[in-house]
Amino acid sequence: MLPNSVTETSALLEAGGYVADTALATTVFLALSMQRPLFLEGEPGTGKTEIAKVLAAGLGRRLVRLQCYDGLDLSAAAYEWDHARQLMAIRMAEASGGVDRGALASDIYAREFLQARPLLNAIDPEQPPAVLLIDELDRADEPFEAFLLEVLADFQLTVPEYGTIRAATPPVVVLTSNRTREVHDAIRRRCLYHWVDYPDARRERQILARKAPDVAEKLSAQIVAFVQRLRGEDLFKLPGVAETIDWAAALAHLNQHELMPDAVDETLGVLLKYQDDIAKIKGAEAARLVSEAQASVAA
Amino acid sequence: MNFAPAQPPRGGRIAGNVMHFARLLRRAGLPVGPADMLAAQQALTLVQIGDRQQVRTALRTTMVHRHEHQDLFEQAFLMFWRDPEGSKTALAMAMMEGMPEAPPPERAPAGSRRLAEAMTNPRPPREKPDERREEIEAVMTVSERERLQQMDFEAMSAADIANAKAEIRRLVLPMDLRRTRRRRPDPGGAHVDLRATIRASLRQGGEILELARSRKVTRPPPLVVLCDISGSMSRYAQILLHFLHAVANDRDRVTTFLFGTRLSNITRQLRHRDPEVAFQMVSHAVPDWSGGTRIGEALALFNRNWARRVLGQGAVVLLVTDGLDRDGAVGLAENMERLHKSCSRLIWLNPLLRWDGFEPKSQGIRAMLPHVDEFRPVHNLASLRALIETLSRPLSRQAMEQWRLAS
Repeated sequence: MLPNSVTETSALLEAGGYVADTALATTVFLALSMQRPLFLEGEPGTGKTEIAKVLAAGLGRRLVRLQCYDGLDLSAAAYEWDHARQLMAIRMAEASGGVDRGALASDIYAREFLQARPLLNAIDPEQPPAVLLIDELDRADEPFEAFLLEVLADFQLTVPEYGTIRAATPPVVVLTSNRTREVHDAIRRRCLYHWVDYPDARRERQILARKAPDVAEKLSAQIVAFVQRLRGEDLFKLPGVAETIDWAAALAHLNQHELMPDAVDETLGVLLKYQDDIAKIKGAEAARLVSEAQASVAA
Repeated sequence: MNFAPAQPPRGGRIAGNVMHFARLLRRAGLPVGPADMLAAQQALTLVQIGDRQQVRTALRTTMVHRHEHQDLFEQAFLMFWRDPEGSKTALAMAMMEGMPEAPPPERAPAGSRRLAEAMTNPRPPREKPDERREEIEAVMTVSERERLQQMDFEAMSAADIANAKAEIRRLVLPMDLRRTRRRRPDPGGAHVDLRATIRASLRQGGEILELARSRKVTRPPPLVVLCDISGSMSRYAQILLHFLHAVANDRDRVTTFLFGTRLSNITRQLRHRDPEVAFQMVSHAVPDWSGGTRIGEALALFNRNWARRVLGQGAVVLLVTDGLDRDGAVGLAENMERLHKSCSRLIWLNPLLRWDGFEPKSQGIRAMLPHVDEFRPVHNLASLRALIETLSRPLSRQAMEQWRLAS
C-alpha cells in the first residue's frame, strides 16, 4: 500500500500530477515509512497543500482537512459534546424515574453524544484510514498547538469524560505553514521538516506542462524563464508556482503564442499581488525581462 | 502507543557516524536532541545509503527543524560526510567549534560585579557620572560614514536589576487588553459553559442547580520593537536596552530589532534572563552601534524580510527613533506607510524632543509623522521610569494633531 522506496514515492506523486524534486520525495517517503507527521514550511503558492491532496488520492485515503484560524479551539478542531441531546437524555432518565447516578454518567457520555471534528474524524478507528491535512498552522494561535501534540505524537486523542480514542491505522499527517509566525519547537520536534522552495526552471517547466497542458511549449518555456528572472528581482512578494500556472492560463486565454511586453504589462496583476511590485516591474523592466527570457529560450 | 516499526538501526558504524555528526551540529549551535539522532538513524535504514542526495535529505529532515538552520546544516554535511577518516573532518570540527563566539578576555565576565557585591557589605549604589553634557548640535548632526563599533555597557548592580523589574510591571501599552477567542471559567462571566454545567449536574443526579459560566480571556498582542541605535541615539542606548530586556522577559511574544545602518534581530539574545549576559551577547551581535542611520533602508529590510513573519495576530509596533536620517529620508515615507498598514498600531517614541516648542522640521520626521497612530515625544529620557511613564500615558489626540500640523 505505502511506497517502498524514494523512486516509488516519486512515481506516486507524479501520478497525481505533482512534480517533486528528490529531496521532497525522500522526505515524503520517510514520513510515510517512519509514520511521522510531515511539517512543510515555505512561501505561499509553492504547493504545500497540494502534496496532502495528491497523497490522499494516490494512497486511496480520505482527506480530512483542518483549516487553522485565530481562536480555533478544541470544540472546532477535535470534538464537541452534543449538549442539547445530553440534556434531553437526562430529562428522559428522570421521567422514567429511579435515576442511577453511575449509569446516567456513562449513558450521557456515550460515543453517540460525541460530535467528531476533523482531528477526531481523522483518527476514528471505525472509519477508513485518512490523510490529515492541518493547513496554515501559523494562523492558529499558540494555545492551539498544544492540542495537537497528543495527536501528532501518538495518533490518539483523550476525551476526559469518555476515554482515549486511538487510530486503527495511523493517519498520514501533513502540516503546512506560511511562516507568518514561528511554530513552536514542540511541534517541530515531532515532525519531519521540509522547506518547500521555489522550483528551478526545469522542474517549473515540468509543472507547467502538467498543470497547463494547452499552453504552447515555446510560450511556456518563456513564461518559466521570465518568472525565474522575476524571482531574482527585489520584490515584496515573489510569485509562487501557483501564480505561474495562473499566468500561463491567462496568457493562453488571451491567445498569446509568444511572450510580448504589452501582454505582460496587462496581465502582471496575475503574477504580482502588490501595487508597488507591479509599478516597479511594469514597462521598461518588464520589457527587459521579456527580451532576456526570449533570448534564453531561443538559445 | 507507538506505531514506529520496531526495526533496529543498521550497522554500528553508521550509527556512530550519525552520533558524531549530531555532536558536530550541536557544537555549531543547532538544537539536535537524542530523539532527533534516533530518528536520523532510523531514516538512514530506510533510504538508499549509497545515494548522497537521499542520505542528506534523510538527515536534514530529521535533524533540522527550522529553515534558518538549513544553511549551517548543509555546510556541516559537506564537511563531515566528505572523508570520514581524513584530517579534514578534524579541521571541520575545529572550524565549527570556533563558530560560537567567546567573550573577549579583557572584559570582566557578566555578573562579576554582582558577585563582588555579594561578597562585600551592601553599599549605596555609586553615583553615576553624568554623560548628558554634550552639545545639542552634536546630537543633531548625522554622521557621514558607516561607523561600525561595539557598545560597552555599564555593569548593572543587583539593585538596578530589581528596579528595572519593578518598573516594567507598571508598563501599560495602548490596546494592551486584546480579547482572544479562548474562555476561562468565571462565575461572573457572560457565557454559559454547558459542558461544565452538565458535568456538575451529574453530581446531583442530573439536576441542574447552578450554571457554570466562563468569560473571554484577554491577553496583550504581540509587540515588535524597532529601536534606533545610531550616533544621535547613543546616549539613550543603555536605558533603551534595559527597557528592551525588561519588556522581553516580562511578556511573551516580543520581537526586538535594532537598526542603525543595518537591521539586527536581537530577540534571542535578549531572552537571556541575566541582563548583563544578554547585553554582552547583543553588543557582539550588533556591529553598527553609534554609526549613521538609514531609517528608510532599515524599515524596507524589515518590511520585506520580517513583517510577514512577526506582524501577524494584531501586533503592535513600537518604533524608537529620533527621525534623523542619514540618507535625507529616501524611501522613508513609503516604508513607514507600508509598516503602518501591516500592523494594528504603530507607536513612535521620539527621545529627541527635550524642550517645548521644538518643531519637527527634519525631513525624516516630516516623512514619518503622517504614518503613525501615536506619537510619543519624551522630553527627558533619563530613566527607565520616564520611558515607561511616557508609554503608559493615555494618548492626547490634540497634541498629536498639533504635531501633524507643525510638520
